Amino acid sequence: MKSNYKVSVSLWTLTVKEIRRFLRIWVQTLVPPAVTMSLYFVIFGSLIGPRIGSMDGFDYIQYMIPGLIMLSVITNSYNNVVSSFYSVKFQKSIEELLISPMPNWAILLGFVLGGVARGVLIGFIVFGVSLIFYPDFTVANPLLTITVLLLTAILFSLMGFINAVFADSFDDISIIPTFILTPLIYLGGVFYSINILPDIWRSISMANPMLYVVNTFREGMLGASDVSISFSLGMICAFIAILTGACLYFLKKGTGIRQ
Amino acid sequence: MTYALEILDLKKTYPGGTEALKGISLTVKEGDFYALLGPNGAGKSSTIGIIGSLVTKTSGMVKIFGIDADKDIAEAKTMLGVVSQEINFSQFEKVMDIVVTQAGFYGIPKSEAMPKVENILKRLSLWDKRNVQARTLSGGYKRRLMIAKALVHNPKLLILDEPTAGVDIELRREMWIFLKEINKNGTTIILTTHYLEEAEQLCRNIGIIDHGTMVADTSMKDLLGTLNVQGYVFDLIEPLEEAPLIEGFPLKLEDSLTLVAAVNKDRSINALFSEFSKLNIKIKSMRNESNRLEELFIEMVNSNEK
Repeated sequence: MKSNYKVSVSLWTLTVKEIRRFLRIWVQTLVPPAVTMSLYFVIFGSLIGPRIGSMDGFDYIQYMIPGLIMLSVITNSYNNVVSSFYSVKFQKSIEELLISPMPNWAILLGFVLGGVARGVLIGFIVFGVSLIFYPDFTVANPLLTITVLLLTAILFSLMGFINAVFADSFDDISIIPTFILTPLIYLGGVFYSINILPDIWRSISMANPMLYVVNTFREGMLGASDVSISFSLGMICAFIAILTGACLYFLKKGTGIRQ
Repeated sequence: MTYALEILDLKKTYPGGTEALKGISLTVKEGDFYALLGPNGAGKSSTIGIIGSLVTKTSGMVKIFGIDADKDIAEAKTMLGVVSQEINFSQFEKVMDIVVTQAGFYGIPKSEAMPKVENILKRLSLWDKRNVQARTLSGGYKRRLMIAKALVHNPKLLILDEPTAGVDIELRREMWIFLKEINKNGTTIILTTHYLEEAEQLCRNIGIIDHGTMVADTSMKDLLGTLNVQGYVFDLIEPLEEAPLIEGFPLKLEDSLTLVAAVNKDRSINALFSEFSKLNIKIKSMRNESNRLEELFIEMVNSNEK
């Protein structure tokens, strides 16, 4: 496939296929985050939130919104790619791609764009839900917010891809999200500022990469953060570069997909 | 001479140490209908997997229409269509979407692919099922869908790995007609099958692979010419209780009205008819026993094992 046009057609085809996949099962992919986040807003925002008071100078529900959006974006972009890529491995339809002249980078980009599309769409859905409970919310820095939203979706789509490359069973694609990703996100400042933690726990929290993602996004939405934004953005970009290189290496080597 | 496929000293050792291919070489001419046969585990699927980039080779060279797959894999892949042994499409998508998507992976946009897809689906009797989910198709239709996918980008070389496995006789015959037609129109075809009758009916050249080595690579005619004995089946008018003893013609009674004879190539069948007349055995009809290739195949594979 020498012409750029043909490569772009193949990339478009895969991306559309990936988006069509999660839209076709919208009851499983789009509705649950909206329902879950509504419950979070009702329980932690409207019922318990007023008793907590303010967090870093913001209403508690207002403080939670960026964290919950990030929680949704991370889990959905990750889950989209890990489940989709593992499914094509499991069903052997990965052969459709391997036999075709699509370059490896286009295969990777197609899956990542699918994950980004789902992550961003869910991000907007959760933001829409949050406006029902906190209609006065205004975004402090839209450019930073969108940038972090996209970078986060890309980063966790890549992570999902690597998980799927090494997965040999459906158990393998749920272990990392359940036992590693979710705890790290919850402990990464979704519901609280690390400033309220004792020193020791604050120091430990600084080693949690999710803290940087959540707080950079919170800086974009609220203009408040526990961490350095330039450092966080730099780290996110560095991780994207490293993971992209790793994914392309695994695709070239055929890890998990070629015998 | 243009070769659709050239394989040279192809080796594959799997991570567990299994040596699937021990250095096979073969050539398939442009326009050929080539049978690649071998018992289970012989290395056929490994060979096809390497050609189709589904299996990583250990060493050796693969050229498709003169293009070295190591040097320009993308260009080599555009020449190639592969129908895998196992179903390899998303079962939850519609038939039409699966084929259009496959065309897209080859850089063919939907608007350009649609007329081709319609033509192929109609030729494979899948057009009426274009809007149904693939998982609801019967086994035979799934096989047709696999062929439709492999043909959507007009490959010059089509490789089919047991395309008629588990397919009923009627559909198998339909597929034979279809494959003969596309071969006649210029597509080179390589076929692996366990139905040796299928290979005998369709293919002009044949390679037999066993334990990762080629034990034969010749024309079907030459291979069958090496067979010393031809089997004939006689349908009798009157039943027999046991097979008659005729010198030089071993006979076997399949049932009371069917007699099978093994006739050596240097003997005239007229002599056998004379003997039947003497014994007052009346023949209603006669046909060739269709397992000639099977006999050769078993003979070759057995001698390779010794």
